[in-house]
Amino acid sequence: MHKRFGRTEVLKGVSLDIPRGEVLGIIGSSGSGKTTFLRCINLLEEYEVGTIELDGQAIGYRMIAGRRKRLRESEISDQRAEIGMVFQSFNLFPHMTVEQNIMLGLTKVRRMPSAAARTLAGAWLDRVGLTDKRDLYPYQLSGGQQQRVAIARAVAMEPKLMLLDEVTSALDPELVGEVLNVIRGLAHSGMTMLVVSHEMHFVRDIATRVVFMEGGRIAEEGPPGEILMRPRSARLVSFLNRFHGTGSQPAG
Amino acid sequence: MVYYFNFDPVWRGFGKLLDGLALGLEMAVVSLLAGTLIGIVCAHARLSSSALVRRAVWSYVEFIRNSPILLLIFFVYFGLPEVGIYSLDKYQSFVLTLSIYAGAYLTEVFRVGLVSVPVRYVEAAKAIGLRPFQRQIYVVFPVLFRIVLPSLSNNLISLFKDTSLATAIAVPELTFEAREINTYTFRVIETWLVASGLYLATCYAIAFALRLVERRYAVIR
Repeated sequence: MHKRFGRTEVLKGVSLDIPRGEVLGIIGSSGSGKTTFLRCINLLEEYEVGTIELDGQAIGYRMIAGRRKRLRESEISDQRAEIGMVFQSFNLFPHMTVEQNIMLGLTKVRRMPSAAARTLAGAWLDRVGLTDKRDLYPYQLSGGQQQRVAIARAVAMEPKLMLLDEVTSALDPELVGEVLNVIRGLAHSGMTMLVVSHEMHFVRDIATRVVFMEGGRIAEEGPPGEILMRPRSARLVSFLNRFHGTGSQPAG
Repeated sequence: MVYYFNFDPVWRGFGKLLDGLALGLEMAVVSLLAGTLIGIVCAHARLSSSALVRRAVWSYVEFIRNSPILLLIFFVYFGLPEVGIYSLDKYQSFVLTLSIYAGAYLTEVFRVGLVSVPVRYVEAAKAIGLRPFQRQIYVVFPVLFRIVLPSLSNNLISLFKDTSLATAIAVPELTFEAREINTYTFRVIETWLVASGLYLATCYAIAFALRLVERRYAVIR
C-alpha cells in the first residue's frame, strides 16, 4: 500500500507508505493536520495535490489525459467500503438499533442476505462485548458502548484499512479503557490501522510506527519506543511533556 | 332577551356533518401527502447549485405564502377552465390547490430539516460505502422525517382547518354542511356550536395521535 499526498494549506506535503498489517500511530497537537489527513484518505475531505493508493489502486482521483479528475461518487463509495472509519463522535445512525447499524453496510453495500448479516453482526457484537445491547438504540448506550458498536460496524465490513480518528476523545475517562481494549484486539489480529490519538500510552502500546505531525507536515517518524521515549525535535519534546507520565525526555 | 336552545334539528343532520368532517380530513391528508412530495423535491431544489432552480422555487414559495388561500382556490377553480382545462371537478380542484399551498409551506419545513440533518450521520454513511442514493434513503430521510415530524403534525391540523374554505366552491365538507343546516333550520348558534365542537375535537384527536407517533420515533438526541 502506498500513499503520497500533498496539500497546500492544511497539509503541506505528507508522504507515507503503510505496509499491510501495520498500526500507524499519528500524534500531534490540534491543528497539525492529522485529522484532515485521515479524512482525505476516504475522501471525506477533498485535496488538491497528491495521490493515495490502496493495494495499488488510486483512491478518489484519476489522471485522464494528463488532468486530475475526481472519480464518480459511486466509484468513490465502492472504494470507501474498503476503508473503515471510526469517528470521535461515534456517529451511529440514531434511528437504527445497534444490530441494524452494523447490518446496514453488510446488506446494502456488501449485498449480504440479511440472515447472514445478522449472524455476522452478532459475532462482532460478541467480540466487542455488547451482545445484550443488540436491540437497543444508540441513545440508550454509554459513549464507550456506542464507540464499540461503531468499531464493530466498521470492521464487520472487512475493510483493508481502518482509520481511527481520536476515538476516545469524546469519552469519559472511565470508558476509555473498554474502547482501547477492542482496538488492541484488532491490532493483534493483523488489521492495518491508522490511529490518530492523544492516548500516548495506548499509541506506544499498539503502534508499530509513530508519526508526529506538526504544521501540516510529518515532523518525526519512527518506532514508538524511539519517537515517544527519545524524541529528537524540541517541538516533539514539548508536545510530549504536555502528556504527563509518558516518560519522554530528550535523547542524550 | 332569552335564547332557547334547540339542538334537535342539528342532531337530525349530524350524519351529514360527520360525512363532511370525513371529507375534510380526507382532503387534508391527501394534500399533506402531496405537499410533502412537493416539499421534499422543492427543498432539494432550494439547496441546488443552480441559481435558476433556486430562484424558481423561491418564487413559488413566496407567491403562495403571500397569497390568501381563498384567492388561490378561486384562481384554480375558475381559472383552469378559462385556459381550457375542464377535467378537474371541484374536489380535485380544491385538493390540487391545497396541495400546492401545503407544498410551499412544507418546502420551507423540509429545507430547514435538510440543513439540520447532522453532517456526521452522512459522513458515517459515506464511510461505510453507501452510495449517494442509499445515503438519502437509509440515513438522510429517516433522520429528516424525525426532525420535521412536529411541523408535519401542525401542518396537518392547519390544512384540516383550511378545508372549511372549500365551502366557497360548494364542496360538501363540514362547514358547508353546517351552513346548509343553518339555512334550513335557522338554528344558528346550535349549528355553529356543534360544528366548532367537531373541528375542535378532531384537531385535538390529530394532535394527540401524532404526539404518540412523535414519541414512538423520538430516538434522536
